[in-house]
Amino acid sequence: MNTPLRKVGVAMLAMVALLLVNTTYVQFVKADDYRTDGRNQRVLLEEYSRQRGQIVAGENGQVLAGVEPSNDKYEFTRTYLNGPVYAPVTGYYSIIYGATGIELAHDEVLNGSDPRLLVRRLSDMVTGRDPRGGNVQLTVRPSVQETAYKAMTDKGFHGSVVALDPKTGDILAMVSTPSYDPNRLAAHNGEKVRSAWAELTDKNGDKPMLNRAIRETYPPGSTFKLVTAAAALENGAGPDTPVTRAANVQVPGTSNTDLENFARQPCPGGTLKDALAFSCNTAFAELADQLGAEKLRETAANFGIGQQDLSVPMPVAPSGLGDLASTAELYQSGIGQRDVRLTPLQDALLSATVANGGVTMKPQLVKALLAPDLTPMEEFTPEELTGDPALSAANAEVLKDMMLASEDNTKGGGKRPGLKIASKTGTAEHGVNEKQTPPHAWYTAFAPADDPQIAVAVIVESGGDRGLAATGGSVAASIGRATINAAVGGG
Amino acid sequence: MSQPAADSQLGQFSTNPPRELPTRRGTELALLAFAAFIVTCAFVLVEANQEQELTWSIFWYGVAYLGIFSVAHLAVRRWAPYADPLILPCVALLNGMGLVMIYRIDLALAEKAQQTGDSFTPDAPKQVLWTVISLALFLAVLILISDHRTLTRYAYTLGLVGIIALSLPAVLPRSLSEVNGAKVWLKFGFFSIQPGEFAKIALMIFFASFLVSKRDLFTVAGKRVLGVELPRARDLGPILIAAMACLGILVFEKDLGTALLFFGIVLVMLYVATERIIWVVVGLGMFAVGGIIAYNLFGHVQQRVANWIDPLATYDDPGGGYQIAQGLFGLGTGGMAGTGLGSGRPEMVPAANTDFITAALGEELGLIGLSAILLLYLLLAMRGMRSALAVRDTFGKLLGGGLSFAIVMQLFVIVGGVTKLIPMTGVTTPFLSRGGSSLLANYILIALLLRISDAARRPAAPSKPRPQQQAPLAEAHTVMVQRPDNMGGPGGGRGQ
Repeated sequence: MNTPLRKVGVAMLAMVALLLVNTTYVQFVKADDYRTDGRNQRVLLEEYSRQRGQIVAGENGQVLAGVEPSNDKYEFTRTYLNGPVYAPVTGYYSIIYGATGIELAHDEVLNGSDPRLLVRRLSDMVTGRDPRGGNVQLTVRPSVQETAYKAMTDKGFHGSVVALDPKTGDILAMVSTPSYDPNRLAAHNGEKVRSAWAELTDKNGDKPMLNRAIRETYPPGSTFKLVTAAAALENGAGPDTPVTRAANVQVPGTSNTDLENFARQPCPGGTLKDALAFSCNTAFAELADQLGAEKLRETAANFGIGQQDLSVPMPVAPSGLGDLASTAELYQSGIGQRDVRLTPLQDALLSATVANGGVTMKPQLVKALLAPDLTPMEEFTPEELTGDPALSAANAEVLKDMMLASEDNTKGGGKRPGLKIASKTGTAEHGVNEKQTPPHAWYTAFAPADDPQIAVAVIVESGGDRGLAATGGSVAASIGRATINAAVGGG
Repeated sequence: MSQPAADSQLGQFSTNPPRELPTRRGTELALLAFAAFIVTCAFVLVEANQEQELTWSIFWYGVAYLGIFSVAHLAVRRWAPYADPLILPCVALLNGMGLVMIYRIDLALAEKAQQTGDSFTPDAPKQVLWTVISLALFLAVLILISDHRTLTRYAYTLGLVGIIALSLPAVLPRSLSEVNGAKVWLKFGFFSIQPGEFAKIALMIFFASFLVSKRDLFTVAGKRVLGVELPRARDLGPILIAAMACLGILVFEKDLGTALLFFGIVLVMLYVATERIIWVVVGLGMFAVGGIIAYNLFGHVQQRVANWIDPLATYDDPGGGYQIAQGLFGLGTGGMAGTGLGSGRPEMVPAANTDFITAALGEELGLIGLSAILLLYLLLAMRGMRSALAVRDTFGKLLGGGLSFAIVMQLFVIVGGVTKLIPMTGVTTPFLSRGGSSLLANYILIALLLRISDAARRPAAPSKPRPQQQAPLAEAHTVMVQRPDNMGGPGGGRGQ
C-alpha cells in the first residue's frame, strides 16, 4: 500500500506546484494587467492616500488647493481656499467624480505619479518620508481674480471675466459665475458629495460647474469689430477711411431684414475711427462685405479664432466665424452676430493682441510645475499663439487709438483719472427672438494704453441687471475697469 | 536492534528499530515558539501599518494564541509523545496567520461601517473562541482515541452519521439551513455549524475501514474485464452507494466545492486501497461526464465556468466574475513582495475573510508570502503522508493518506478557484478562513493525524496485545518492506 501512497504524495506535490505556478502567473506575469485595470480601485485609493500637491498662485505662493489630514482611510482631504472664486481654475478633485481643471490637467504631477518625480519618490522611500505629489504654480494673480469675482457676484451676474498679461499670455484671472465650491465635491462623505453633485449638475440649474471662460462660446457682438477693423487696416484702410454713416441698411439678399445702428441713430462720424469709437453697425457690416470672407477669416485666424486644439492646459472650446457664405452673412458676421462665436478667453485675446503690437500670445494658466520641495521641474515660457501677427505693429497702434476713443465714448463706472484704457464694448443679441431677449453685455480692454500690463474681457449674460436695456458699457465696462484697476494698482 | 527477541511475537512492530526513539517534543516546542514569534510580528505589523495604537486587544490575542498552543503542545507531550513534531507548528502558524488576517480585515470593515454608519461586530474574537473550542475537541479526540484502530469499530456508525449530517441541511427548511444562499448549515438560534465539514471526516473513517476490510476481495474475487480485475458489485456496492449519496446530496445543496472535495478524496482512497490506477481513470471519466451533464443542466454551473474563463468579461453580471476579478486585482496589486500587512485593501474582495482569505494574504504578503503559506500546507500534508507511510496498519495508512490528501485537496479547490486555475467553488481554506465548523473539523483531522503519526513513530510496546480485529491479510504488504536482513527474528516470517 505504500506505493500508491507515495504516488498520492507525488500528486499532492504536483497539485501544490500547480497552485504555485498559477499564483506566480497571476502575481508576477499578469500582475501589471490586474493592477492597472480601470476597475481596480486599489491604485486609485493609494493615490488618494498620498499627500496631493498644492495648487498655488501669486508671488507669495497663495495656496488655492491644499490638503488637510483626515481621519479616514484616505488620510488627506483636498481643501480649497476661496473655492468658488478659483473653481474655474483649480477645478475639483473628487474621489467619486474624478477631477477637472488644473486638478485633471496636471493630475500626474499633483498625485506624484509623474515620471520626473520618480527619483524623489525612491528617495522618499529610502528616507521613510511619505511620498508626496508635486505642486503647480499658476499665473493667476489672486487680487485680480478676487476683484473680478467680487464684481461679478456682487450683482449676481452670470458670465465670465478673463484677464491676460498681453505680453506673455499669462492668464491673470479666469472667473466664471455662478460658481461652486469644490470643497463640497472633495469631501469624503459619499452621501454629501453625491447630493452636492446632484445639485450642481441639475439640468434646470445655473450650470455652476460650466467654465464659461473657456468652455462656452457667445456671440461677441460689437467687440468683434476689432477683428473687422484689423482686417480693414491690414488691407489698406486707415483711421480716416470714409465709411457709411447710415442709421440702417437693408441686409442684401433679404427682403425686409434691417441692420441698424444702436438706437437707430446715424453714425456721428464718417471715418473708420469714428465708426469704431461709436460702434456703428452699418459701417462695419459694409466693411466686412467689402473685405470678403477670405480676408476676414485670415485676420480672425491670426487672432486665434478657429483654432481647434488650444489648451491652457484645460481644453478651450474653439471659437469660430460660421460659414460666411453670402453677403447677408458677411454683413451680420462683421458686427459679431449671426454664427460668430467666441469664448470669453478669445475675446480677451482680441484686446491682448492689439496691446501686444498685433502679436497674439498663447494663453497659459500654469507658470511652473514644482517638485514637492518646490524646486522647479518645468517652467513655461511665453510663446506666440499663431504663426502670423493679426496686424502690424503700426496698425495695432492705430487700432489702439481707435479703442482709446471708444473708451472715451463708453459710460459706466470705474473710470480712473490718469489711467488710459483702450477698450471696445459689445451688446450681443442672442436667443430665438433676439429683440425680446436681454442681450449679452461685453467689454474687452487693455491698460495702461502706453505700457499694456493687462487685457480683459468681460461678458455678462443676458443683460445682467438691466434686462433689455443693457449695453456693454452700462453693464460690463465697470467690471472690466475694476479688474484692470486691481492689476495696475490703486484699484 | 538490541532486543529483537522482544518483538518476536508482534510481527507488525518488528520493522521498527526497537531502540528508544527521541520524541522530538523539544523540536516541536521550539518550532511553536518560532510560529508564535512570526504571528506576533504579523500582529504588530498590522497595527503599525493601520496606524492603530497598540491596544490591549492585541495583547489578549497574543495571550490566547500562546495559551491555546501551549495547551496543545502539553497535550501532545502527554497523550501522543511520539507524534510528528512539525504538524502542530504548521497548524499553529496557519491558524495564527488566519487570525491576523481576520483581525486585519475587521479593522478595515469597522472603518467602512463607521463611514456608512452601519453597526459592526468584529470576527476575530469569535475566531479565537472557535479556536479554543477546537482545541477542546482536539484534546478530546487525542485523549479518547488512544489508538486510531479503535475507530474501525465505529466505522459503519460513523458512515451513517456522516450521511445524515450531510443530508440534514438538504431536508431541513431554509430557515434552519440557509446562510447567504448556501443551504449547507444547521442553525441553532445564535450559532450555526456546517455539518458537512464533520461528515467529511466521519465518512473518511468509514471509507478507510470499509476499504481495508474488503481490499483483498476487490482484486481477487471479481471478474476480469479488459485486463482489469473488477471487484464484485456487492463488495464495492456500499462505498459506491455512500459516495453517490454524498455527491447527490451535495449537488442538491449546490455545494459544488464540497462535492469536488469528496470526489477527489474517495477516488484517492479507492486508489490507495486497491492499488489500481484504473479507479482513478474511471473516476475522472465519470467526473468529466458528470461535469458536462451538470454544465448543461444548471445555470449556476454555466455561470461559474463563464466567470472562470474570463471574470473580467462577466464583471458586471449578477453572480458574475466581480468577486474573482477583485481577488485577482488584489493579488496583482500585491505582486511579488505584497503591499505589507495592513497596507493593502483586502476588504475590497467580497468574503475576504472566508473564501477569499488567500487573496487577502496574497495581496498583503505578495507572491513570496502566499507561496510560503502554500508550502506550509504542503509540509503539513507531507508530514501526514509520511506518517501514513510509516504506520504499520493498513487502516492507519489509508486514513492517514486520506486525511493528508484532504488538506491538499481543500487547498487546491479553494486556492485554485481564487487564482482562476479552476472554476470557483466555495470551500474553506483550512485553519485560515473565518468560521467555526471548518476550524473544528480540521482540528479533529489534525488530532487524528497526530494520533497516526504517534503510532507510526512509537517504539515497540511489548505489553500491548495485538488487536484481533485486523485482518491478517491486510498487513501482509506492510511487513514485506524495509526489513534489514539481520533483523529476521522468529516473527519476521509472518505473512510471507
